Amino acid sequence: MTTLTRPTPSVGSALDRVEGVEKVTGQAKYAYEYAPDDLVYAVPVQADIARGEVRSVDADAAVKLPGVIATIWYGNAPRIAPAENAELSVLQSRRVAYRGQYVAVVVADTLENAVEAARLLRVDYDVEGHDVELRADHPGMYRPEKVNPAYPADTEQGDPDEALAGAEVVVDEVYSTPAEHNNPMEPHATVAVWGDDGLTLYDSTQGATAVRDTVAPLFGLPPGNVRVVSPHVGGGFGSKGTPLSPVVLAALAAKHVGRPVKLTVTRRQMFAVIGYRTPTIQRVRLGADAEGRLKVIVHDAFEQSSRIREFAEQTTTPTRMMYAAPNRRTTHRLVRLDVPTPSWMRAPGETPGMYALESALDELAVACGIDPIELRVRNEPAADPESGLPFSSRNLVACMREGARRFGWAERDPAPGIRLRDGLLVGTGVAASTYPVYRRPSRATATALADGTFTVRIAAADIGTGARTALTQIAADALGVPTGLVRVEIGDSALPDASLAGGSMGTASWGTAVVRACEALTGALRERGGQVPPDGVEVSADTAREVGNGERYARHAFGAQFAEVAVDPGTGETRVLRLLGVFAAGRIVNPKTARSQFIGGMTMGLSMALLEESVMDREFGDYLNHDLAQYHVAACADVRDIEAVWVDEDDPHLNPMGAKGIGEIGIVGTAAAVANAVYHATGVRVRDLPIRVDRLVR
Amino acid sequence: MNGEAHITGPEAPSPITADLVLSVNGERYPITVDTRETLLDTLRERLGLTGAKKGCDHGQCGACTVLLDGRRVKSCLTLTVTLDGRRVVSVEGLADGDGLHPLQAAFIEHDAFQCGYCTPGQLCSAVGMLAEAAAGWPSAVTPETDAGVDLDEEEIRERMSGNLCRCGAYVNIVAAIGEVAR
Repeated sequence: MTTLTRPTPSVGSALDRVEGVEKVTGQAKYAYEYAPDDLVYAVPVQADIARGEVRSVDADAAVKLPGVIATIWYGNAPRIAPAENAELSVLQSRRVAYRGQYVAVVVADTLENAVEAARLLRVDYDVEGHDVELRADHPGMYRPEKVNPAYPADTEQGDPDEALAGAEVVVDEVYSTPAEHNNPMEPHATVAVWGDDGLTLYDSTQGATAVRDTVAPLFGLPPGNVRVVSPHVGGGFGSKGTPLSPVVLAALAAKHVGRPVKLTVTRRQMFAVIGYRTPTIQRVRLGADAEGRLKVIVHDAFEQSSRIREFAEQTTTPTRMMYAAPNRRTTHRLVRLDVPTPSWMRAPGETPGMYALESALDELAVACGIDPIELRVRNEPAADPESGLPFSSRNLVACMREGARRFGWAERDPAPGIRLRDGLLVGTGVAASTYPVYRRPSRATATALADGTFTVRIAAADIGTGARTALTQIAADALGVPTGLVRVEIGDSALPDASLAGGSMGTASWGTAVVRACEALTGALRERGGQVPPDGVEVSADTAREVGNGERYARHAFGAQFAEVAVDPGTGETRVLRLLGVFAAGRIVNPKTARSQFIGGMTMGLSMALLEESVMDREFGDYLNHDLAQYHVAACADVRDIEAVWVDEDDPHLNPMGAKGIGEIGIVGTAAAVANAVYHATGVRVRDLPIRVDRLVR
Repeated sequence: MNGEAHITGPEAPSPITADLVLSVNGERYPITVDTRETLLDTLRERLGLTGAKKGCDHGQCGACTVLLDGRRVKSCLTLTVTLDGRRVVSVEGLADGDGLHPLQAAFIEHDAFQCGYCTPGQLCSAVGMLAEAAAGWPSAVTPETDAGVDLDEEEIRERMSGNLCRCGAYVNIVAAIGEVAR
């Protein structure tokens, strides 16, 4: 009989990452590092036109090279079943929908031979004229049925136009954000192995279950005959959340040559084939009384998608719930261009939308002569402004107040452009942050082993979030044992089905399943008087019913972002001296990994504010700065003093952990806080990201 | 170089290969390499040492950083054929048996990584950087004095800027390295 004395709860403690030693010793294995016998290398070839058709492929020179096993294009590719997402139908048509789309793949015995053969492949096209320029007045603009993932495109309450006409103070400005690319450090990669009982994919993905369920029908297989293995994933930020052409191309090439195939998207190819954040043009109109009380909010977004897939970013959705105003309207308009298909990038919707909304709030504060924090406090809604639902918890004001205290906001002189320190113009800015609380059904098993340890299994993904560590802590507490006795297995579609690592919903979704499985196991062990038979005791849980039957609340995390910047008045060079984020995100499972998530998001937000911009080449239809030498992401020297803290928040309406998602909120509002600080430093309002020197020096 | 290059046939554009002995983490590897082969691909695809990562293959991200005769290099820009008899240390060679290198331990303690993909490069780069600073090599932010290098946060940030981290662990990386440097 085992007697369990309940240890100190692990949730809330700063447990080191459980896979930390593997990661610092180089033992953690990522997708491309699997090496089954008889492996060969696949190197994809991209379209070098933006619109048209592949007429022919001349592989003569390529196949004469030693080691070349196959060249595959539309003309000889295995046929796969049609897919709802046309991006998956790789090599299934002659059409070229955008420059950089995969049109062929070369397979050879070594990487060097495959790269050389791919270079020699000659693709001839029937070229058509292309249109790649996003403009708000583009005649092709239309209202999508819904915006990501399933929100209405437009909402309206009251009479916004009349309210604007009658408002004492009006802000009416247009903001823009450029296309931005996720650029996880690990490029997307797949090792595809066909066997007697189906297909195994070692894949760099945010969701093994989703890849299995997406890929299997393409090849006419039941899901049970596809296995997706991905124990370690080198970041994703949304770009590995939707299975796209690379994983299909790997499976297709492996099928064609009858050998295991390795395929990676190169860094340069990542600017075309794996999604990105759409550029946005946003008009924000705010109408208020002289005291800054909002009478009306109107937020219109204009965005792009590709010819072959509609992806409509939900840019104005945060405006639907941030501030009280009796009259309000939000809209999304989309134009289909000859461009790569945009997709999820960290906090899609909230990130560009809150840049515009929170910049406009700052402009309203200036126009009314009110402190920007006080302005937000005055417009705090009592309930969700659109739905009327109560908030499960809402601590935006607490975050603002705590941040103001820590940041030294009280001493701030609001006058812009007057503080010179060491020859640099210095200023501070603030912006609000928010992200919705999502949860999806998942399954998990919990097993008690005869040696007194426990194994918890779920097809979750740890893309750097700390999920493996957080789930270990959640399971340990649910079992009432120390974390050292719990082993969590994730990253394999052979494990119980799980939702993907996206929408900041991993801990909530997987954690619920893990808790329910561990509770059931504890009950099963109690019935057995604590006895564990030699082959163990296993129970499973499925949260489909629990997750579907939630109480009706508006559930969102909130935060306040503070920035201090220094701008060189001669060159316009902007440096972020300090960033402080204060968040209200329910219960924090692991303060160490949570802080890393917050500051990681804020760092990406700093990068967005000052550096990131994918430049569309109108003539060639290409994102032309398609590598890390030209697409700048923040480097170590760009990032000085960043801190993230949180306020206590006890929300009983969420999930068994009481936790809200924290993977994305860190990036939301950061760019607005920086832009607002730049205005305070210089008196120049930058309404187009990134904050380049040419936008500051006139 | 201990072998002649093998060049076959006038018209066949066969790979040109060379024999050499590579020393990696104290082990000797006699190997025939394609002259187009980078050290990164030799380590990962030929020797099964997948600790060094390919993030860009263009020398722009630093994920592939290893130590070559004690100095940090980007292995994706280093042709293996040039390395006969040279000593390579990759992340797999930093620990002393089960005892982690102080930088590895500090990276775990300070949570100086999330996805872990840039981490091997960060660690090798940090080892090389500490040696450079100890040898008195200045960086762009080193004051012009004879006082040697004081590895404060600004120095560490400057010297570690060849290694990108998209998860945004920079402040933790700087804290981890700073602790070991002191």
